[in-house]
Amino acid sequence: MTDAINLLVGLALGANLLALGSSRLPSIIRAAAIQGIVLGVIPLLLKPEFHWLVALVSIGTIAIKGFVIPALLLRALRAANIAREEHPLLGFIPSLLIGASATVGAVILAGHLPLLPEHRGLLLVPGALATLVSGLVLLVGRTKAISQVCGYLILENGIYLFGLLLIRGTPLIVEAGILLDLTVAIFVIGIIVDRIQREFDSLDTGKLTSLHE
Amino acid sequence: MNPGFTNHFLLPLLRGVLQIAILLLLAPLLPGIVNRVKAWVAGRRGPPLLQLYYDLGRLWNKGIVLSTAASPGHLVGPAIAWVAILGSAMLLPLGPGDALWSFKGDALLFLYLLALARFCTASAALETGSAFEGMGAAREVSFAVLSESALITAILALAVQTGSLSLTGMLAPVPNPSAGLLAAGLFTVLLAENCRVPFDDPNTHLELTMIHEVMVLDHSGPPLAVILHGAALKLLVFALLLAQAVLPLNHLSLLPATGCLLAAMLVITLLVGFAESLLARFAFRRVPLLLTTAFLFCLFALLTAWKGVS
Repeated sequence: MTDAINLLVGLALGANLLALGSSRLPSIIRAAAIQGIVLGVIPLLLKPEFHWLVALVSIGTIAIKGFVIPALLLRALRAANIAREEHPLLGFIPSLLIGASATVGAVILAGHLPLLPEHRGLLLVPGALATLVSGLVLLVGRTKAISQVCGYLILENGIYLFGLLLIRGTPLIVEAGILLDLTVAIFVIGIIVDRIQREFDSLDTGKLTSLHE
Repeated sequence: MNPGFTNHFLLPLLRGVLQIAILLLLAPLLPGIVNRVKAWVAGRRGPPLLQLYYDLGRLWNKGIVLSTAASPGHLVGPAIAWVAILGSAMLLPLGPGDALWSFKGDALLFLYLLALARFCTASAALETGSAFEGMGAAREVSFAVLSESALITAILALAVQTGSLSLTGMLAPVPNPSAGLLAAGLFTVLLAENCRVPFDDPNTHLELTMIHEVMVLDHSGPPLAVILHGAALKLLVFALLLAQAVLPLNHLSLLPATGCLLAAMLVITLLVGFAESLLARFAFRRVPLLLTTAFLFCLFALLTAWKGVS
């Protein structure tokens, strides 16, 4: 079971680096989607006994993070008619290297943290930390609004991964609430992206420096 | 005859000669297979499988044309490079058979022999005084910085995984999940080190975009034959390294292991051919990104191996 969870977290880490190293916006969206699907499966493995609420949250996570949100983003992308991140503030190789060193650092750091014995062999903590850093790099290092949204999604995935540690403690209704918030947030961002595109003819957030009446 | 002499001297000697002969004779077959795959995908008939053997024979009988700027280093460089690549091939085990030459820490010698071969090819290219060749040499060594770091990381991952410092011990992996990462990383390094598509196009004849081909542009006759054979041998060395780093061949007995190794070599060569047919070469500015990805694959294989041990 531990091996299966670690493999899934490893896939999520791979999706991080895919998002960091790719210049094509659809690939970044797809990386975030893959990560959402992979992370949605983990709660099922984490709880040995079957529980209908866990299954529901799991299916909800996979459906929303893996299909609904990416579909919304791809739609916004088609409407905005852009495909590439042309001039990122932080280049692709530096962001890849930051993501990779964050992953290595997180694995080393997690070895020194006073974790519960049942979390010791799992990659959940290093995975959460590395995903948080990757999301942050995407959020601050890119200029296109769509990549920043993906950074936000990946950041949230990191927080979700951290929350899985407390799966026995938190009511799953909280997780369902977060999922709903996330969907609404992406909805709003999709509308904002559309407005930015209409107003400025570009999704480059670097141009949003002056106020218009 | 003294039986001790036969067992301790004559048999290993015979085995060594046989192993070197296999390496030398098999090497030019690999580019032949790659070219056949490319021709098949493109729907052409393609050159014969043994084309490189004919080319080598033809070049060996030709004369040498030398640039007036060239010093003897221009002729010595390819020879040293060929010997260095052969030396690195001798350090690799051949499936069931041990390496010809194995000691603790020979992985370092392996890396340095490959670096020496690269240095000699690049310096022989600079000898001609042609600006194009200098450009090719500059590209070759700047990409090498990245691909060598990936190769070193892969070797480190193998060393941590098996706890051995010699290539014979390292290339006997136990099946584990990091093999996939290592395979992806080493395959990319194989493509970069051997100047195949997407890093370089061995068929291009446009000086501005070539890397390896532009370095050997002014070589002719026997030195060019040596360079071509050395390049084929290098492809064989990397294919052997990749196959044996991933497949646990040492658990098999002699015949299945040899069969598996040969099949793996064929598969790798076919993959190179398909990559060459289906991919376009990358723009120069995108090459570092791909090589960094290869480095990261090897780095994560190292991380997995390290975490698996502790």
